[in-house]
Amino acid sequence: MVQSLDTMIETPSQTAGPYVHIGCIPSFAGLPGVYPEDLGLSPIAPGAKGQVITITGAVIDGTGWALRDAMMESWQPDAAGRFAGQDGADPAVSGFCRFAADKDSGLFTLTTVKPGPVPHRSGGVQAPHISLWIVARGINIGLSTRIYFEDEDNSADPLLSRIEQRPRVDTLIAKKTAEGQYRFDIRLQGDNETVFLDI
Amino acid sequence: MTDNGETDAGPLIPRQRHMHPVPYDPEYKTSVPRSPKWPLLSMESTPSEETGPRFGHSLLGPLDNNLILNFSKDGSPAIGERILMHGRVLDENARPVPHTLVEIWQANAGGRYRHVKDNYLAPLDPNFGGCGRTITDAEGRYQFLTIRPGAYPWPNRANDWRPMHIHISVFGHSFGQRLITQMYFEGDPLIDRCPIAATIKERSQLDRLVAPLDMARARPLDFLAYKFDIVLRGRRQTMFENRLEGM
Repeated sequence: MVQSLDTMIETPSQTAGPYVHIGCIPSFAGLPGVYPEDLGLSPIAPGAKGQVITITGAVIDGTGWALRDAMMESWQPDAAGRFAGQDGADPAVSGFCRFAADKDSGLFTLTTVKPGPVPHRSGGVQAPHISLWIVARGINIGLSTRIYFEDEDNSADPLLSRIEQRPRVDTLIAKKTAEGQYRFDIRLQGDNETVFLDI
Repeated sequence: MTDNGETDAGPLIPRQRHMHPVPYDPEYKTSVPRSPKWPLLSMESTPSEETGPRFGHSLLGPLDNNLILNFSKDGSPAIGERILMHGRVLDENARPVPHTLVEIWQANAGGRYRHVKDNYLAPLDPNFGGCGRTITDAEGRYQFLTIRPGAYPWPNRANDWRPMHIHISVFGHSFGQRLITQMYFEGDPLIDRCPIAATIKERSQLDRLVAPLDMARARPLDFLAYKFDIVLRGRRQTMFENRLEGM
């Protein structure tokens, strides 16, 4: 036998289930009163610098049906590309938001500031993007993806550049529907399946 | 830097996906239309994954980790088997993950969830809500006082029942460490019959989700205890980076 490694193995994931809101967004579950307010209601506070934008979309399964029980979390830097806690970061941008698909329509809405570009370890910058994490009944390990913007220069982004099949790049780019308004649908499976990440 | 002085720099260790559940499993029927068909796009982590939200102790109310009392209007305790759920949050380098948010949710003693969409005929407990949260201490420890949840039926195969379980959500110190899992209870015969548990194909990995009875932490005449440790992704350690670790 060889020596054993010092590292441990990550705890395996399990689905968040249909009642994830009880723990994460209790008021959505019809369970108010345990906490003063749900965690991560907004990634920005009044006075946040930059352009306030709204992203609307749905999480769509392999049959074309929008999930009514998905929960999402987003993480992003401020308008200058600094994450909360980093030197000079905008104190009005926590950068974290937690939101659910509407139980009737399946639509979600994220109101935030448009993020700035973020440096990449190997040099260069990443185009502005918001990291997104999706959990739901039927999803056994949370799905990670990114929201980019069609009115930004995405041509040199290191992640988008790694996507061999160029038509798939479009699945990560939010479409501008009006000034400050974007549409971003997540397709879990099938035609135009969203690119999901392992990073 | 973390609050205990350890570095939070460096790329995250890639996930060992074969140790996690398979995304597509026909026995867990809802996974069939909700699992991606295409491979994931793999890449070394970036600041977007290596940073993450931090939550301070000021977030917490005094009863947030006491599910026996945190929904009660008049101090009456929830009905059921009183248990302490406790453990540590570590990373893959076996270092504690201090000051990180741990959230749990669960059904009541009869297997009924307090959620607008749960219509199982077992009754709600007027003194039980089913959610709790806490922040790990400097050594990564956490604990909850709660009641043991009941098994409950669900519409999958004709007679499927979930084992007793508590859902757990952990943040870690970076968005790429984000994890949701479930804790099962030692000795529950439903674990071996559960298609959600069986989405984990490595039996030794499923066993890591089964909390042992921990009599050393049980309190006589008050509560039993179960231990549940959680391991999050770690960061790559190397002497051969362009810059020194921790600089």
